[in-house]
Amino acid sequence: MMLTDLTLAAARSGLRQRAFTSRELTEAHLAAIEALNPRLNAFITVTGEQALAQADAADAALARGDERPLTGVPIAMKDLFCTEGVRTTAGSRILGPFVPPYESTVSANLLRAGAVFLGKTNMDEFAMGSSNMTSAYGAVENPWKRRQDADAVLVPGGSSGGSAAAVAARLALGATGTDTGGSIRQPASFCGIVGLKPTYGRCSRWGVVAFASSLDHPGPLARSVEDCAVLLGAMAGHDPKDSTSADVPLGDYQGACGRSVKGMRIGVPREYRADGMPEEIEALWRQGVDWLREAGAEVVDVSLPHTKYGLATYYIVAPAEASSNLARYDGVRFGLRTNGKDLCDLYERTRAEGFGAEVRRRVLIGTYVLSAGYYDAYYLRAQKVRALILRDFTEAFARVDALLTPTAPSAAFVQGEKMDDPIKMYLNDLFTVPADLAGVPAISVPAGLDANGLPIGLQVIGKPFDEETVFAVGAAIERAASFDALPTIRAGTAQ
Amino acid sequence: MSLDPATVRRIATLARIHVDDAEIPQLQSELNGILGWIEQLNAVNIEGVEPLTGAARMALKMREDVVNDGGAQDKVLANAPERIGAYFVVPKVVE
Repeated sequence: MMLTDLTLAAARSGLRQRAFTSRELTEAHLAAIEALNPRLNAFITVTGEQALAQADAADAALARGDERPLTGVPIAMKDLFCTEGVRTTAGSRILGPFVPPYESTVSANLLRAGAVFLGKTNMDEFAMGSSNMTSAYGAVENPWKRRQDADAVLVPGGSSGGSAAAVAARLALGATGTDTGGSIRQPASFCGIVGLKPTYGRCSRWGVVAFASSLDHPGPLARSVEDCAVLLGAMAGHDPKDSTSADVPLGDYQGACGRSVKGMRIGVPREYRADGMPEEIEALWRQGVDWLREAGAEVVDVSLPHTKYGLATYYIVAPAEASSNLARYDGVRFGLRTNGKDLCDLYERTRAEGFGAEVRRRVLIGTYVLSAGYYDAYYLRAQKVRALILRDFTEAFARVDALLTPTAPSAAFVQGEKMDDPIKMYLNDLFTVPADLAGVPAISVPAGLDANGLPIGLQVIGKPFDEETVFAVGAAIERAASFDALPTIRAGTAQ
Repeated sequence: MSLDPATVRRIATLARIHVDDAEIPQLQSELNGILGWIEQLNAVNIEGVEPLTGAARMALKMREDVVNDGGAQDKVLANAPERIGAYFVVPKVVE
């Protein structure tokens, strides 16, 4: 077995038993990145030297018995997390020259836990997208191939597409992502890996380049539910520097992965269906329900009647917050500058050149829905519908412990598809957006393949701060599915 | 509500993004497409519903009103596109 094929948990055991060193493990991943990243474009920045220095420090720590949750484990950071001294672009031209003078809380927590950072992963610009096609640093190739059409280049999903592709192709044992409308779970589903969006406030947003502050959730992506549990335990925690960070004790996430679902009540929301959704996704969902029933759970039909309004609500709230957050990019204090004839012209030309088409669209929509005379009709109305979406979840969770749904209404699609009409792209997030609006935890677990041989994920949604149940149910799905299909492009395969 | 070209221009000015005249028709059509789709929310009965500003389940916290950070002038200025000494430089604003 190659070191790059290990799960994060197995690699950690191997390090602790001195079966191999962190340097060997890190070198194996850097070699895989060198071989495959020119094709996949999963990383924007590779920090090889820094990674090897961290690996050597980890080996020294292990030698003196200093074992932390991630000592010596090489992972990748989405390029939305500020990393001190390492360029952080958010996938945008406007942050092309930006080198943060500080470390985000999540990345600092991971470093304190002993992690080795391989580099910064590609993403949709400012996390706005579902295909990684809006990155200013080029598209990312999904390492999976269609059986029938193996030349087609598929998207990894987005916005954490680089993280998902890197983990699936075994370029990293795990990665961080952020989920504002589905940006961890949809790419996890498209790339056949596990992705968790924790409860809002569980992971600090401090030092994460802001998109929509009331919706941004940092979280982990990895190749097993347990690996995500280990990563969440290291990333999460109360942070006084984020005013919305939750002061709620962490759970035993790794332990929860082994917990039985016997006696749990699992809700199946009848509204999680989409026009044109392939029958195989519907069938896999039914299969997932059967798996949980066989594992001893009680299955209950539930209704979340405002589900279908989630996307429209999201496309008011998220652009509104983005238009405010992105006002800081003015070409004066950091980032790109394009000179103009006066200060206002400098702002306008810097932003015109620095922002891509999707970011510009969302900033304009956000500016409009917040503008005088339209605020009540759009933004205030959306906030009220958001309250109803949360109420749907609260009422459902009075009757059930968790919900089971599909993660996305399709498998990975071809690069360039859905680009002609923004709304077609937005529909990718139909099943993931409600959990962001409500702030409840949700995981995507690979559960099967479609007729083309592409992975499909199932989503488990839980109560606020009850990630443990989400991990328990996710792990039960993982055990029953025994998903062992591999992507065509991965470390060790010839290119 | 459908945006006319003048409104698209006004929004772009509010957002401080330069838009060429040639780009206006396409932007107008994209924005109207999105706004038209969003109008499905008008079908929801929101009578008596309190708006939800965010998903955080807590009141904002208070902290002591003390200086707990700072003295990082060089770091703050490190990424400036243009600086002179301890200042950010912008085009002349006052004639």
